[in-house]
Parts: sequence; structure tokens; C-alpha cells
Amino acid sequence: MKRHLLESADLDRADATLVLDTAAQIDQALAGREVKKLPTLRGRTVVNLFYEDSTRTRISFELAAKRLSADVINFSAKGSSVSKGESLKDTALTLEAMGSDAIVVRHSASGAPHRLANWVRGSVVNAGDGTHEHPTQALLDAYTIRRRLGRLEGVRVAIVGDVLHSRVARSNVGLLHTLGADVTVVAPPTLLPVGVGSWPVEVSYDLDAVLPKADVVMMLRVQAERMNASYFPSAREYSRRYGLDARRMALLDDDAIVMHPGPMNRGMEIAAEVADSARSTIVEQVGNGVSVRMAVLYLLLGGNEPA
Amino acid sequence: MASSVEPARNSVSGALLSSADVARVVDRMAHQLIERAAASDPGSPDGGLSSLVLVGIPTRGAPLARRLAARIEAFSGTKVDVGTADITLYRDDLRLRGVRALEPTVLPDGGIDDRLVVIVDDVLFSGRSVRAALDALRDLGRPRGVQLAVLVDRGHRELPIRADFVGKNVPTSRNQQVKVRLAEIDGTDEVLVTEGEPVSGQGREHRSEERARSGASRGSEGGTQ
Repeated sequence: MKRHLLESADLDRADATLVLDTAAQIDQALAGREVKKLPTLRGRTVVNLFYEDSTRTRISFELAAKRLSADVINFSAKGSSVSKGESLKDTALTLEAMGSDAIVVRHSASGAPHRLANWVRGSVVNAGDGTHEHPTQALLDAYTIRRRLGRLEGVRVAIVGDVLHSRVARSNVGLLHTLGADVTVVAPPTLLPVGVGSWPVEVSYDLDAVLPKADVVMMLRVQAERMNASYFPSAREYSRRYGLDARRMALLDDDAIVMHPGPMNRGMEIAAEVADSARSTIVEQVGNGVSVRMAVLYLLLGGNEPA
Repeated sequence: MASSVEPARNSVSGALLSSADVARVVDRMAHQLIERAAASDPGSPDGGLSSLVLVGIPTRGAPLARRLAARIEAFSGTKVDVGTADITLYRDDLRLRGVRALEPTVLPDGGIDDRLVVIVDDVLFSGRSVRAALDALRDLGRPRGVQLAVLVDRGHRELPIRADFVGKNVPTSRNQQVKVRLAEIDGTDEVLVTEGEPVSGQGREHRSEERARSGASRGSEGGTQ
């Protein structure tokens, strides 16, 4: 493993498999236990540096670090000296001066974690940067697929929706390709990035044609907050063409699963009856996120000298 | 090399136990476990064996625990619960040796509350693995009692820990390695004592000990030395 986890390309196939295997062992070791805590990272400090709002990722990282007995500092840009104009670098150096061993960072600017990694001695984990990457989400998605379907090699994954703004899609494409899955991205042409032709994926504009051939359908949130132009005529039209409703779900194979990284726009990209169906792994993904992040923190920090 | 108690046996690639020896030692330990279980629970119809849980420490403690359970069943007719507990996340030397892949932790369905747990490992050396296992057990439940069974006790304890059941006591020097090979993992049963490679410079004591310990607890890692 490298010292940082900034993008899915930081993980080769062996590393990614090690993370998933470690998460599975942690899951199994903690299942049914009264004391869901391990002493592994006792005395280490993990800082959650969040410049963007988050529910599940921040709580998931916090819980993961706490279950490994690390001390956790939660920093959100709101209510900090960031509002007085302190830069990312100065903030990070301040945190490091106080003895942080790892920084988990979420930032609205793509590439912010890369910059951060050059400034600090500890490990940096990217928890989502702009429209770039969100590698631990990809790891937990891969983990969920492997748990449900028993394999990743040759699994056909359709990633559907706002690929242009989705760091989840970028990280998943990279990681799933590394792990041997076949990925198809499905989106209106306006919501595909210019460089999609160079990605190791197939591209389709027709969801109905892709669904019968998919083992996994990964729905993406329409990121209205990042859209400063009109990418589709209306929410209703988007939903009609690219939303997953009960009719479309019926096109899927019997064993196929439906995933969503959350937060969902129910009724927009995914219908409530689909989100709550037995195929849906949405709640499972959240639970798996804690185990996968424990594995990442253990593998990044466990063997290091404290900073 | 410093002269040791049994220089002939401690020469390079010296075999301490052959396959037949290992089988005999395991049989004897199984008998001892049966005796001790009966003593710990007098008057019990099955000789206290139903409350026994053998918990192996991966890698080689796990198959050893299964073997002991199989022999106990063969001798007494009573089936004994077996589990494994991976202690990697409880180790105090991760910073020295780096992280490694985890092994499974599997406990009997009823858990270990109020049971008599016997920790099973291949080699007892510094005692740090056993300390980690005791910490792990504390998080896994509240056993009635905990005992320790090891195939080889090679001395050099760093903690106040003593085994209840010992297959073979072996005086060693710190530079030596004790390698246990088991058919389930290594294809053959044997216990070897080899000279560790000479080390020099600072931290000599510590590093040779670490190397020796990793060789002891994970024979496959030290297999080429």
C-alpha cells in the first residue's frame, strides 16, 4: 500500500483485494460481538477535515477510526478559521502540529487531497474531492458487490446518471476495471465527460437496452448543486429516460442488484419502490462502508511510526 | 555460536520433532486436556468436555486446535468446540513489523461466555502473542477460565505467561528459529530448529528477536532462511 489513498489508481489489484479481504475479516471478527472495538490504532489521531457537507462519509470515517481506538477530531469548514480566510495548507499544518497521524479530507476542489499530501507527513485519505474521486466509496461498492454476488471478475456493472459530476463514478470505473469487472456508463450525452472515450468502459445512452445485461446497476445522484447550466430539459424528462423505476427493474436479471451511493433523490434517479426493494443494497452499502474504512485506516496507519 | 544445552540438535536444519513425534505429542496433549477438563468440572457427566472450547491462533494454532479436538473426540467420544481468533489487530508490534493480512476469527455459535477456553498456538516464545490473544478474548466474551496449550515452548519469555499444556520444551538461543510445519499448511508435519542469520549493528537484539519470532509463529515466512 502507498502512504496515501487519493484515487482508485493508487490501488493495484493486489492492494485493492487486500483491502476487501481485510474488511471481510474485520466484519466477520466483529459480527455479533458486544464490544465492537479493536485496540489497533490506540494513541493515533485521525482528523476528519471536511470542507463540504457530508452525512454518511464523515460519520462512517469517524466510526471506523473510533472502532480501531484512534482519537478522532472532526473539523468542518463552517465555524472554523476557514471563515477568517485561513488556507487549506495553513489549516493542515496547524492540524499536523497538533499531532495528527492521518487526515481524511473532503473538499469541493478536485485535487485538494493531492496538494495536501505534499504538505503533511502523515497519511491523507481522499473522502471526496470535487468531481474527481472518492476512492473509499468505490472500495465499499466493490466490497458490497463481492459480498452479494461472490465475485468481481467479469461482473457487468452499469453506472447510470450524472457521470459528469460524479466522483463516485470516476473512482468506481477505475477500481472496478482494476478488479476485472466490465463497466458500462449510461447517461444523457450532456452528463458524460468529454474524455469518456479514453475510459476503460462502454458508453450507452439507452438504459432499457443495458439493464437486461447488467449484474449490477449503480444509480448516481443528479448533482443539482454542481450544475450551473441546464444539462437536461426537465427533471421529469430525465426521470423518464434515466430513472430506475419498477418497470425498468423488472428488466433486470433475477440476481442483479441495485446500488446507490446516497444521498438519494427519490423519484428522480431512483423510484422509492426500487430503493426499498430486496435488490437494493443501499443500506448495506452504508454498513459495509465502516468495515472498508476500518480496513483502509488499518492498512495505512497500522504499520507506521506515529507522526 | 554460543554453546547451548543440546548443541547437536540445535545445528542448522536440525529436526526437533518428526511427523510421528508430532502425532504422539498431539495425542499426549489431548489426553492431558481431557484429564484437566475433568478436574476442572468434577461430577460432570461428560468429564467437563462440553464446556471446553479450543481457540487456535492463526496461522498454525488453528489446525493444531482442530487436531487436538479430533484426538479428544477419538479418545473420549465427546465432540469439543473449536474456534480461531486472529490476534493481528491486538498485537503491540504492528509498528515494528508492519501490517499484514488478517486471518479469520470464528467462534462456536454459543460464544465463549462461561466456557473453559484453551488458547492453542504452535510456539510459545516472548508471550506477546498470548497477551494479544488474552486481550482479544476479553473483547469476545467472558470465559469461565482460560488455559494455554502450545506445541513447543522455546523459552525467552518477556511477559509473566506460562503454558498449561506443553508438547515439547526446547532450550534455544534467541538467534535460533523454531519452525513448526503442519500438513494442513505446509504439506508435512515437523518441527525444526535453525540458526538465525547473524545480525550486526544497532538494534541487534530487537531485530533478531523479531525475525526469530516471525519465523516461529509464521513458519512459511522464515522458510527460506
